[in-house]
Amino acid sequence: MLDTLKQPKREVVSPVAREKYIDAFNWMLLARTTEEKLASLWRAGKISGGVYLGKGQEAISAALGIMLKSGDIFGPLIRDQAGRLAFGESLIDVFRVHFGSRTSLSRGREGNVHRGNPREGYQAMISHLGSLISVVAGALVARRFKGDISAIGATTIGDGGTSTGAFHEAINLAAVEKLPLVVVVVNNQYAYSTPNSRQFACKDLVDRAVGYGVEGHSLDGTDLRDCLEVLAKATERARSGHGPQLVVGSCLRLTGHAEHDDASYMDKSLLHTALGRDCLKVAETYLQEHHWADEALLENWRKNAKQRVEDAVADAQRDPLADPDTETWCPYATPRIAEALLVR
Amino acid sequence: MTITYLEAIREAQEKALRDDHRVYIYGQDVGAFGGAFKATKNLAKEFPGRILDAPISEDAMVGSAIGAAIEGMRPIVEMQFADFSVVAFNQIVNQAATLYWRTQVACPITIRLPSGGNPGSGPFHSQCLESLYSHFPGLVVMTPATVEDAYTMLLEAVEIDDPVIFCEHKYLYNRLKSDALPETNLSYDTARVVRFGRDLTIVAYSAMVHEALAAADQLHKENIEVEVVDLRCVKPLDLKTVMGSVARTARLLCVGESWPWGGVNAEVIASVATSGFHLLDAPPQRINSKDTPIPFHPNLWGVHKPSSQVIAAAARRLYEW
Repeated sequence: MLDTLKQPKREVVSPVAREKYIDAFNWMLLARTTEEKLASLWRAGKISGGVYLGKGQEAISAALGIMLKSGDIFGPLIRDQAGRLAFGESLIDVFRVHFGSRTSLSRGREGNVHRGNPREGYQAMISHLGSLISVVAGALVARRFKGDISAIGATTIGDGGTSTGAFHEAINLAAVEKLPLVVVVVNNQYAYSTPNSRQFACKDLVDRAVGYGVEGHSLDGTDLRDCLEVLAKATERARSGHGPQLVVGSCLRLTGHAEHDDASYMDKSLLHTALGRDCLKVAETYLQEHHWADEALLENWRKNAKQRVEDAVADAQRDPLADPDTETWCPYATPRIAEALLVR
Repeated sequence: MTITYLEAIREAQEKALRDDHRVYIYGQDVGAFGGAFKATKNLAKEFPGRILDAPISEDAMVGSAIGAAIEGMRPIVEMQFADFSVVAFNQIVNQAATLYWRTQVACPITIRLPSGGNPGSGPFHSQCLESLYSHFPGLVVMTPATVEDAYTMLLEAVEIDDPVIFCEHKYLYNRLKSDALPETNLSYDTARVVRFGRDLTIVAYSAMVHEALAAADQLHKENIEVEVVDLRCVKPLDLKTVMGSVARTARLLCVGESWPWGGVNAEVIASVATSGFHLLDAPPQRINSKDTPIPFHPNLWGVHKPSSQVIAAAARRLYEW
């Protein structure tokens, strides 16, 4: 199926679709630029812990991000820089969290991809895969209680995460409750070093939708146009009362699991298949072929993204880092408990 | 009118649902059926749409409660048995307990754990897991021993902005009765001296408070006066009350139904020994359940958990030390 998508189709596209494509492309570009900067900061020893990049997955992530509206709920995973930005994350927060700034929402208590702003519907993942899906589902249960039936929730997971009990329990729960939840599985072929063949035995992960009683969709994660079309449909179906949507996107992780990982285990021949295409390059070609952008405009966008990233880094680097003396060392929100701890 | 410990739990939930529109109940068989122990009896009828039957998915039950709490709800999750809560362990200790620390967004969920043994319940329907959950920063762990405490502490659990593990004891469900529900009570985080005595202190919680009191009655006949402290809430732990009692009696015996290794008893003794060593006239002692899985047959189960006789014998030895 993917082979037929190698050549971009040249059909008439509506102005709305054009606008969305360009919007999504720019989030992809900003995410790629951001992550390249994060990688270089990590290599320079400016970031503690891990740096996890989404190279090769920006199209799915950006397309999902722009389908969400203010008031929706988003539970991104580790390779969702593009979606996070499109959902409204500010660039400076990305770097504040990575640096461990006191001014970030997590105040240096959590780093890298474990960030969010739950008050704004932007959930902060923990490292335990699959466990955020039920959290997003529960947020939708709350919205139903509050009479908000316009919002949807979306969350992403990898091929490896689909093997967890948490994934199964959460999708089943969402299906039973008929929640407007979009679960996007990004099959990037590897869970750390483990290939699909050691992860699951079904022919196609989207077939699981039938088992859960939810609607299933497949998309080519290397092709932004396909991502936009399918995710527009899936989010619209969820929004219009058709219950949970399981979307399975295929692509290849064009980077190691994290920056410390050279991915030497990866089958390099995959890079020369349709799966191995770089979604950003594919999108650039598409933009040029449709005369939506020429090389000069692309270069302008690239420069703009670079400038925004440099500015954000410069600002974030001026913020004070987490330090033990200003840390409260109190994990409780209840004032009575917190006061007792702080007195001690 | 009499009201049981179990009915007090039902009444507290009814009041919480009535007073606070953010409250809803989620758990297996809690709806029209009224719960495996009937702790939610008739609530589905009284509060349509707010008592939701859950699939057998403890992980997702708690995960969804966390998501709802983030959105401002006050969910009460009923685990059918405390033993099954470990299926949701990850959500409880990694997601719920850390949420406020990570994001400055509170996680006001209450997880009810029908705990402890009954004759014939066996290894997977009898566990006391308060020690396990107390280990994790960010959780509040309550262990009410009376009808009154079950009522007011459950109401407090719902009001508290942090995740609360509410360990309600199944052995007490229908055995404990009271005349009426209280209007006021001690705050959840305050231990209570339930019996005064000059000779030694027994610190207990949940069903073991009653075993300790029975032991104290027996020892009174032998002219040994035991002071009994009911911890009520094991995290946070009211060490001030414990220390005050030890300062009066100079002898400490801790009793808990959970397993011994790294437990509530161990924590109380370590704390007293660390900051109150000078108060002690004898080495502090503890009694827990035996360090094996919980046996099914009543002949075995009866000696697996601490009983008033075993507590009395240990107290006698401590008194004579």
